Amino acid sequence: MKVRAQIGMVLNLDKCIGCHTCSITCKNVWTSREGVEYAWFNNVETKPGIGFPKEWENQQKWNGGWVRNKSGKLELKIGGKRRILANIFANPDLPEIDDYYEPFDFDYQHLHNVGDTKHQPVARPRSLISGQRMEKIEWGPNWEEILGTEFAKRKVDQNFNEVVQKDIYGQFEKTFMMYLPRLCEHCLNPACVAACPSGAIYKREEDGIVLIDQDKCRGWRMCVSACPYKKIYYNWKTGKSEKCTFCFPRIEAGQPTVCSETCVGRIRYLGVLLYDADKIEVAANTPNEKDLYQAQLDIFLDPNDPAVIAAARAEGISDNWIKAAQRSPVYMMAMEWKVALPLHPEYRTLPMVWYVPPLSPIQSAVQAGHVGMNGEIPDLKSLRIPLRYLANMLTAGDEAPVVRALERMIAMRAFKRAQQVDGVEDAEVLKQVGLTPVQVEEMYRYMALANYEDRFVIPTSHRAYAENAYDLKSSCGFSFGNGCGDGNNGVNLFGTKAKGVRQVIPVEIKD
Amino acid sequence: MAHLNLFAFGIYPYIAIAIMVIGSWIRYDREQYSWKTSSSQLLESKQLRKGSIAFHIGVLGIFLGHFFGLLMPKEIWYLFGITTQMKQLIAIGAGGLFGLICFYGLTILIKRRLFNPRIRATSNPMDIAILFLLYAQLILGLLSITVSMGHLDGAEMLKLMAWAQNTVTFNSLAAAEAISGVHWIFKLHVFLGMTLFVVFPFSRLVHMLSVPVQYVRRQHQIVRQRFVR
Repeated sequence: MKVRAQIGMVLNLDKCIGCHTCSITCKNVWTSREGVEYAWFNNVETKPGIGFPKEWENQQKWNGGWVRNKSGKLELKIGGKRRILANIFANPDLPEIDDYYEPFDFDYQHLHNVGDTKHQPVARPRSLISGQRMEKIEWGPNWEEILGTEFAKRKVDQNFNEVVQKDIYGQFEKTFMMYLPRLCEHCLNPACVAACPSGAIYKREEDGIVLIDQDKCRGWRMCVSACPYKKIYYNWKTGKSEKCTFCFPRIEAGQPTVCSETCVGRIRYLGVLLYDADKIEVAANTPNEKDLYQAQLDIFLDPNDPAVIAAARAEGISDNWIKAAQRSPVYMMAMEWKVALPLHPEYRTLPMVWYVPPLSPIQSAVQAGHVGMNGEIPDLKSLRIPLRYLANMLTAGDEAPVVRALERMIAMRAFKRAQQVDGVEDAEVLKQVGLTPVQVEEMYRYMALANYEDRFVIPTSHRAYAENAYDLKSSCGFSFGNGCGDGNNGVNLFGTKAKGVRQVIPVEIKD
Repeated sequence: MAHLNLFAFGIYPYIAIAIMVIGSWIRYDREQYSWKTSSSQLLESKQLRKGSIAFHIGVLGIFLGHFFGLLMPKEIWYLFGITTQMKQLIAIGAGGLFGLICFYGLTILIKRRLFNPRIRATSNPMDIAILFLLYAQLILGLLSITVSMGHLDGAEMLKLMAWAQNTVTFNSLAAAEAISGVHWIFKLHVFLGMTLFVVFPFSRLVHMLSVPVQYVRRQHQIVRQRFVR
């Protein structure tokens, strides 16, 4: 047993209102620079839909993630190491900028400068890459917002696979939707790390955060293809790949990530998970895709088990981390209540950002009277298609864990309603879903009340002890590589452009 | 004229190599953030695939040809039973083939860089300059084939080999002497070649030094410690 710690995240999709505050605050902090205007370390998609970048879940098209090869070994879907090197001159699986969208801005200055005109002046769009006029904006980071675009286009969503009557869900009365905020999964078996020819991407031992060493990255772009979640973005200005950093400077200081901190729906949870690193390879190589969810659960270690605590201490994991693991909301939701599920475990990367499935598709069906009831709990098995859809997304097609999670949430609501409104303890409804009243009170505290200190249980990394402050004196703080140098010496001997200086300046207006 | 010849072919090569080595060293040490392939595939993929693959295959063939053709002493070639005439024919054949592959690729890459608005807008002056330098050098190399066709005995080639081998063994006088009589196309080709060494550390060419050969033997996953205990 080799115990390691990971900061994991859970997103309670049942409470996500799709406000995009997470995306915007993340963008303001991390990607408001030239070269990554198109990049969203965190984005929110409306599902069903093809998402951002286009059809990211279609691994027949993008070849992301891992596969088991004929001899039963785990291999990247883009190919073995030799094939990756053979494709180094031009990557055949790389999305183009139009698969994301062409970043744009508007000629706002025109509104100020325009003279007397017969017509209302307008600010027309302009490309932030070429600087040229864009006559029509054809795609954006959230083009399908609230079921935008035709269903004919959205139904190629891979989660509709094996759903025979998906066209029914294009009809107005039958439709359902949900929001899916997405960020880097900080996987236990990251495909991007394995695909990087330079060895620039790495997983941090202390907290499991996956980062790209900006100095070591050479821009071979294999990580962009290998990541099945398409959460690595190539910066066209710096020629380096960039990704979600899990706001590691904040995490190190015991603070939540920016997306979590600013989430107005309080849907995000951060906590420590202890896992057995020796089991990763076997778990990722589980033959049957539907067993991957359980295999991933089996990697996690019980932080209250004295043997685990002793092994963790032996690995040098400090007591405040073990304590944080014991009251980790992520562990409770994923392991104890089993209401949080991984996103696309079939990619075999063992993702560490988990999702509580939304009740909204089910509730709209219940209200419309499409569903039979088992006492207080609707008979979810009669709701085949939204269930199938969620299962394709969260459990590689196995509907049982999705049903269990949804039923437990419904049971929690029924129990609390009976308790608060009718003043009765309805233990029957809990027995039906295998929960105790104590557990439900905990679930209610964490998932419904969701207080700040319950949502974010992040131990500090004790940088003060690990680093010699005297050595750090007058050094630079956070940087994008190159140490303190920003390449801005006015001479640009080595061709680096000063950061923060726009290369493409879409200002000159000649209409 | 002799002084100019000595400078261009006896002294300039050392200056060029010194700039390349020291320049690359400093850049790797101090400006590693700028050390990259500078790929523009994200912005345009189709033309790049056509151009880049052909260019790289061609240029690698040419590089290996020059390396072994110029620096391997003729006695070793004889040991393999390859006479000067045969070597000259191999050089023309292989060089011509890889040269044409490279020419095809480079033509596509230049057209793409100049006329694709996204690529053009995001190019450095150096990105464009290096393409034209390589293009000029490649065309000179292909033109030199016509000169070589008039010297199928390989006499010109032997002079160029003598220049290269004397240069790397620090006989600069003998090197300049050996090359003084060759056709001007060869001289221009050699001079421009040395100039590419000068430009090397200031351009994206540095990515050559980062060919990820170690990747083949590396384990898949990499774990680093944030704080060394």
